[in-house]
Amino acid sequence: MEKNTNTAPKKFQMKNLFNKPSQPYANPYLGGVLLGLVLFASYFITGNGLGASGGLSRYAAFIEDLIAPGHIDQVPYLIAMAGGQRNPLDSWIVVVTTGVLIGGFTSGIIHGRTKFETHKGPNISNQTRWLFAFIGGILFAYGARLARGCTSGQALSGGATLSAGSWVVMFSIFGGAYALAYFVRRLWN
Amino acid sequence: MIPFPLHLESLLGKPLMYLVFLLIGFLFGYVLEISGFNHSPSLASQFYFKDLRVFKVFFTAIVVGMLLIFGSSAIGLLDFNLIWVNPTYLWSGIVGGLIMGVGFILGGFCPGTSLVALATLKIDGVFFVLGSLVGVFLFGETVDNYRYFFNGSYFGRLTLMDVFNIPAGIVIILVTLMAVFMLWGGEQLERIYGKKDPAKAPKARYYGAGILVLVAVSIAIIGQPTTADRWSRLAPIRQQAIENREMYIHPGELLDTFHNHRLNLVMLDVRSEADYNLFHLLDAVHMPPEEVPGAIDDLIAMPANTVYVVMSNDETAATETWKVLTAEAVPNVYILSGGINNWLDTFSTVLEEEVCGEAINADEDQLQYEFDAALGSNCPAAYPDHDQYHFEYEAKIKLDIKRAPVGGGCG
Repeated sequence: MEKNTNTAPKKFQMKNLFNKPSQPYANPYLGGVLLGLVLFASYFITGNGLGASGGLSRYAAFIEDLIAPGHIDQVPYLIAMAGGQRNPLDSWIVVVTTGVLIGGFTSGIIHGRTKFETHKGPNISNQTRWLFAFIGGILFAYGARLARGCTSGQALSGGATLSAGSWVVMFSIFGGAYALAYFVRRLWN
Repeated sequence: MIPFPLHLESLLGKPLMYLVFLLIGFLFGYVLEISGFNHSPSLASQFYFKDLRVFKVFFTAIVVGMLLIFGSSAIGLLDFNLIWVNPTYLWSGIVGGLIMGVGFILGGFCPGTSLVALATLKIDGVFFVLGSLVGVFLFGETVDNYRYFFNGSYFGRLTLMDVFNIPAGIVIILVTLMAVFMLWGGEQLERIYGKKDPAKAPKARYYGAGILVLVAVSIAIIGQPTTADRWSRLAPIRQQAIENREMYIHPGELLDTFHNHRLNLVMLDVRSEADYNLFHLLDAVHMPPEEVPGAIDDLIAMPANTVYVVMSNDETAATETWKVLTAEAVPNVYILSGGINNWLDTFSTVLEEEVCGEAINADEDQLQYEFDAALGSNCPAAYPDHDQYHFEYEAKIKLDIKRAPVGGGCG
């Protein structure tokens, strides 16, 4: 006799991965302790902290190298990353950045938070949110290059190693954001 | 020897080293995601005091990371000298930070969080990442117009301990107390502006805060290792090396090193200023022993092919300085065998002999020659003619792998 087909395991469907109910985020202090542990592990094993903007700029240099390889060799700032035969992606920070993408994706899948959506304040349209995200990205990355690191590479990593310059950068980031917050409150409230 | 941080490339090879970095990145991304850093309204609402989740994660992480780093350094597991500390560029850091702040409140992300948002398919995150690539491109195209500003106000490896001239333990306690106070204040702000009830958060956070402060105080009591502590850890191996004279190089080897352009030779003359002015080797840097501790960071930051040769009148003072440099994890330090006296015995020419007169029988580690005039390096013996001299000697200089990272995650 044939068994009831209902007891067979449910067929795996890709879309189920993205339709799981979202679970709430972890307690922020627990998240902080875990992030501190990861930061320490990075310093302890490799001597280097965490970073994100360094990886992003090397991806940017890689794309530029594909489009205009001759141009790279004329810009001093890019030569260091991608001049001549140098491959801008051959760097540990690019590997870390790639790991961030995989790790974020994995956690999002496990907790049902990997899904196509736009997060925004209640009073603006999706298009407005995208436009400001784009502009914010330009400014943030520009500032991060100028300050030689972002919230991860300067504020978090440099903050934990008590680098004086990193604490200055940290307070400047928060200072800039708090100073402007009131004037753009419609974006988020 | 203090084993950490490891030099992964020589230990594991490049592919496995990259696997370790991939794993660290994976954990970084995973933790950012569970902490809610892919949710831009949470990131932005900290600037309106409504939901300080991101602020809490961030400062807790800094304190935990700091305590673990300095705690493991205090007990001798980790060498803080070999850890990358972001160099300080004051004004470009301030201006860059303010621009980042503007980008933060407009865009709702920072680079790391936007990557996690992209990875979890948040469309606003995708736009932020695309904008970031444009921002990086624009920076590369424009920075040359103001490169003096970008590279100016440079203070090198500068920690808060250096700025305030207080021990690491005190800074650690102050930072921990400040963070705990800010987190407490953050909860009060959330209560007022975000209508949140702090009583609903788990009580465990109070114990957690208590533990952090306790650990900070313990680290301050243990203290960071002094040069003497560091040397006593190394002494069992290194004392043997001194007895085998493994780091004493023949004057001929130093002369050959002058002409070895694959090596970056740095000569440190640790004698008194008077002796240095009477005679020193061309390009030797005058560095009396009391100035050595302050120069460690700069010496470690030199290129990986750098060889340091320490010299005194004979070997006593040079050997002491060698111990300090080696204990502080400066790689590739050697001593000029027999010191300046031996150098002059080997290379003095007719000219120096005229000025020096006879060699005298001076005390230990004193100049054995009497000079009538301060020659400095303006005489042939300061830079002997390489073609004239050929020595048979046992070559001792070999480059150790540089363990300190040469750049942080932002380059």
